[in-house]
Amino acid sequence: MISFNQASVVAHDGATILHPVSLRLTEQRISVIGANGSGKSTLARLINGLVEPSSGSVTVHTGTGTGTDAGTGTGLDTVADGAAVRRAVGFVFTDPSAQLIMPTVIEDVELSLRREHRDAGARRAAALAALDRFGLAGFAERSVHALSGGQQQLLAIATVLATEPRILITDEPTTLLDLRNTGIIGDLLLSLPQQVVIVTHNLELAARADRTLVVSDGRIAFDGEPAAAVAHYRERVAAQ
Amino acid sequence: MTAAAPLGAYVTHRGPLHALRPGTKLLGLFAFSAAVLIAPGWISAGVALAIGATLAFLAGLRGRDFWRVARTFALIGVPLFVFQTWSAGWERGVEVIADLLALILAASAVTASTRASDMLDTVSWALSPLARLGVDTERIALTFSLTIRMIPAVQELARDAQQAARARGLERSLRARTVPLVLRTVSQAQLTGQALAARGIGDDEPQPRRG
Repeated sequence: MISFNQASVVAHDGATILHPVSLRLTEQRISVIGANGSGKSTLARLINGLVEPSSGSVTVHTGTGTGTDAGTGTGLDTVADGAAVRRAVGFVFTDPSAQLIMPTVIEDVELSLRREHRDAGARRAAALAALDRFGLAGFAERSVHALSGGQQQLLAIATVLATEPRILITDEPTTLLDLRNTGIIGDLLLSLPQQVVIVTHNLELAARADRTLVVSDGRIAFDGEPAAAVAHYRERVAAQ
Repeated sequence: MTAAAPLGAYVTHRGPLHALRPGTKLLGLFAFSAAVLIAPGWISAGVALAIGATLAFLAGLRGRDFWRVARTFALIGVPLFVFQTWSAGWERGVEVIADLLALILAASAVTASTRASDMLDTVSWALSPLARLGVDTERIALTFSLTIRMIPAVQELARDAQQAARARGLERSLRARTVPLVLRTVSQAQLTGQALAARGIGDDEPQPRRG
């Protein structure tokens, strides 16, 4: 579970990027839609501590999601427990080429696994298993630059999921992809066992979530059922 | 693969250099560099160049890669040769140029035949005595491999900037080629830093050793 407690973000120049927001995100699949510059990405980055709140707090509860720990219990604070939060919350960016760091496919997955596997052999086996899960095993020795955009995004997701985070945040994961790859990545994200937060401009993808947030001018303009949220967003754009 | 292997990139190839341990190669490169710098005269420089070229060939670099190394090197090599020949004679000019090129080729042979993650493990292992003094060896090793990784990345950005300048008819403008390159390199560095942070790599905390 993710909770925002009156969290706000103010830029260095004093402009408010996100007004104080309080949310309890317990649903398995959550989508976030809204205009460019509305504060969606900031909202997403608050969850894994890439952006820290100027006031208020954001906490992540990594209990199994069942039983009493789901709602109560002490969560991890994204500021005080930053490193632990980033281990529990994976993040996938729009542009996979900025996220992929090592030269070859398998090495990039191995980089994620350095913390868990000190032994190179065990690390390699775990990396191959992770690639296999996403149908990328055949690309293990390829250069990450030789992959197509869809394969790169798949690899970026694989490298993040290799460490088995409890929660996955994705910031416009399909914006650079063609129709077919958008479908593949969308289906994958919605079928994961993790709690998934998808920030997207793809309204079809957004509508397949369990709950949708519409962000507008740094505020949550709508929060609820996906179809109603998408309709709200369309009306809002049409009214401008 | 249509693109030639960029300098600083691993080449998938089964050769004798690929089979060697990264530590052996690094020590070998160190010894070779020292020998090249100590040995005087243009004849030994020629021998060094031949060895460097052989090593690069064994590492899987081919004609196109050599051509690119030579072309890039010519930017510094030609003026340097002219200057050395003018100030100290052609023998000295040949020696300096052949020495430098030999070192560049030998270093390319090491990067082309060593997977980045193996290099990471080796650097981390070589620094492990320092870990007791509180040095974060993983972080230093990561810095090494990021540096090697960024060479082809920046080359790619440079090519983009050049094409963008040409598309606007500004191919002769040094500013149109360099300013976007510098800005995009910094922006790429920031994105990479965010991605590293998001993956929990290099987080400020001792390695967790609990169950």
